[in-house]
Amino acid sequence: MTFQRTKRDWQSIGLTAFTATATAAIVGIVLMILGNIVWNGASQMSFRFVFGGTREGMFEASRAGVFPMIFGTLALVILMTVCVLPVGVITAIYLTEYARAESAINRLIRGAINNLAGVPSIVFGLFGLGFFIQFVGGGIDKLFYGGELHYGEPALIWAAATMAVLTLPVMIITTEEALRAIPKGLREASLALGATKLETIWKVVLPQAIPGILTGSILAVGRGAGEVAPIMFTGAAYYLAHLPTHWTDQFMHLGYHIFVLSTQSPDVERTKPILFGSVLVLLMLTFFLNLAGVLVRARIRRRARFGHA
Amino acid sequence: MNDVAQLPESGVRDLPDAASIYVNVPDPVQSTERPIRPLTRRKRRPLEWLVEKAIFLVSLSAILLIFLIFAFVGKEALPVILGKTDNARLRKPVAAEEIPNISETQLAEYLGLKPGELKNYDADTLKLLVELKGQELAQIVDEDSRVNTTSWRMMFQPHQWADYDKPQYIWQPVSEVPKYNLVPLVIGSLKATLMALLFSVPLGVGAAIYVSQLASPRWREIIKPVIELLSGIPSVVLGFFALIVMATVLQNVFGYQSRLNTFVAGIALGLAVIPIIFTIAEDALTSVPKSYSQAALSLGASPGQAAWQVVLPAALPGVFAACVLGFGRAIGETMIVLMASGNASIVSGSILDSCRTMTATIAAELAEVVFGGNHYRILFVIGALLFLVTFVSNVIGDIVVHRLKGRLEGRT
Repeated sequence: MTFQRTKRDWQSIGLTAFTATATAAIVGIVLMILGNIVWNGASQMSFRFVFGGTREGMFEASRAGVFPMIFGTLALVILMTVCVLPVGVITAIYLTEYARAESAINRLIRGAINNLAGVPSIVFGLFGLGFFIQFVGGGIDKLFYGGELHYGEPALIWAAATMAVLTLPVMIITTEEALRAIPKGLREASLALGATKLETIWKVVLPQAIPGILTGSILAVGRGAGEVAPIMFTGAAYYLAHLPTHWTDQFMHLGYHIFVLSTQSPDVERTKPILFGSVLVLLMLTFFLNLAGVLVRARIRRRARFGHA
Repeated sequence: MNDVAQLPESGVRDLPDAASIYVNVPDPVQSTERPIRPLTRRKRRPLEWLVEKAIFLVSLSAILLIFLIFAFVGKEALPVILGKTDNARLRKPVAAEEIPNISETQLAEYLGLKPGELKNYDADTLKLLVELKGQELAQIVDEDSRVNTTSWRMMFQPHQWADYDKPQYIWQPVSEVPKYNLVPLVIGSLKATLMALLFSVPLGVGAAIYVSQLASPRWREIIKPVIELLSGIPSVVLGFFALIVMATVLQNVFGYQSRLNTFVAGIALGLAVIPIIFTIAEDALTSVPKSYSQAALSLGASPGQAAWQVVLPAALPGVFAACVLGFGRAIGETMIVLMASGNASIVSGSILDSCRTMTATIAAELAEVVFGGNHYRILFVIGALLFLVTFVSNVIGDIVVHRLKGRLEGRT
């Protein structure tokens, strides 16, 4: 292979110019979006906006608050984490420590998990409505309440369950990654000292994997805070006068609130400040979570690369 | 005296028995006589056995849940897929005596009610409602009401409806004769996705080449997190931005008619896809061994030539996989298209027309449907279709990436 090198290497110049422009365009767009939102949303930020309720009027910029939405989002995320964290970690432990890595069933399971991570979130909404609300919830009502509606309608718990299923693959994959990064020698040393397999997992493997598990849950939480499509018909409400007090209540969600404000507002110009304010609050929430996730993961990777525990 | 004389004697006699108590401490003298216990054989501990079974059970149910999703969406869509539904019969007048013979779901759908609402009426009111509906239906005597609109033919082929002058693809699930033609939705999804890829592939791949091959390490450390920041923006925020800010700006710049259209939705969708394309393409490009570009450079190539003529061709399958996975993500994205595309279900090739995608249709209509009814099942058919498309694109993407990685690592 020879490379023709003319005085001016047009191919190189062209490629550099194009790719640099593309990079600059992406970076520019990102900064523009964030700048626009921060610029427009900052004026709405106040203690009253963040901690105020909606009872004074949901569409009034001077009186509306987003506290019920923050509360609902946090409640959803916490319930979701409680559901997904143990199940995700235990499944990952089983898949890495117990299951035979090369068996056909294991490959099938891994394929299904990877695939589930790529399934459109709206399909989870379908699943949540059909399975959790109608099947499970309706079943509970029939069994314990004689058909009276308690669990068979959109509720916080069903939205959390749907989000838990949605984030389960992320949780499993990140935990598995963390478990794999632990050197095999560590496990062998523990076994050689006479520890049982379970003792090894509990006292040697898991403590090492905690940062990875933490990353997984932070990423899951970040996704849970931002995803709207699956909760639209499994629990999020357009407007509620009261905070949810029980897990069978509906709740307000920041992301869904943004959707409602931008598509159903009676006067878009007037509600714009609230809208930008809500977006800014949501962005700060998800960014802090994602940032934490990225930082923790970078630390794990560095540690895994150098190989010391 | 007697005691003192006995001591050494009894000590010697007791020695083998005392050693047998300490089974786990191998005595170098004794070990030649008795067999060593294998290290791997341990006493079963009931608690550990229980915990391990619990681990197995929990992960088994999690895995079953994952397969359940695949099965459940398919199960709900199955009657329509198998052609077991016939809504033409539902639109024939039902006699009051027949009420006990039809299911609650069918009755609710026949009367245009939600199944929960049925409980609010007693038998006489229901009878009255059915008679009224019967009279209403008896007055409609057009061809349309004889068509089973849930059949395969009606879902994918144009039909000559009474009010139209030529056969057409129509999605109108809540009209008197519900029309469930999926073609406008499929076209809408493909149009928005194509627009998104047209926008995001050049930018994403370009940025991946720049960051992995041409940029200095310092710039790389700055640019990568910024692009990853984009993947942290929730899609509802991108949808909001497209709807409130971008739509107006783009309309002012290009001066087209309708403010919300495929073009706006496609660009916003592209923004959601760029991080995926960038990350996977960049990963593929960096996994090309350094020796490739070093060899090219030593043969006299410029860095640009090495990147374009050596590294990019080697990583091309990875770049292709990035596009396929980006396609899967774009076609499954909901909030952005729901907010920015205008949602009109028209069959049109123009990028400046509004479009209604499959995902947005589910999101907009699922809250209103009768559970277990035809419309509900058709939405599950759409869900299953989406599932299938994303499944295929994910599998293709994964296979290509793995093969490429294997090949590149095998050669080094």
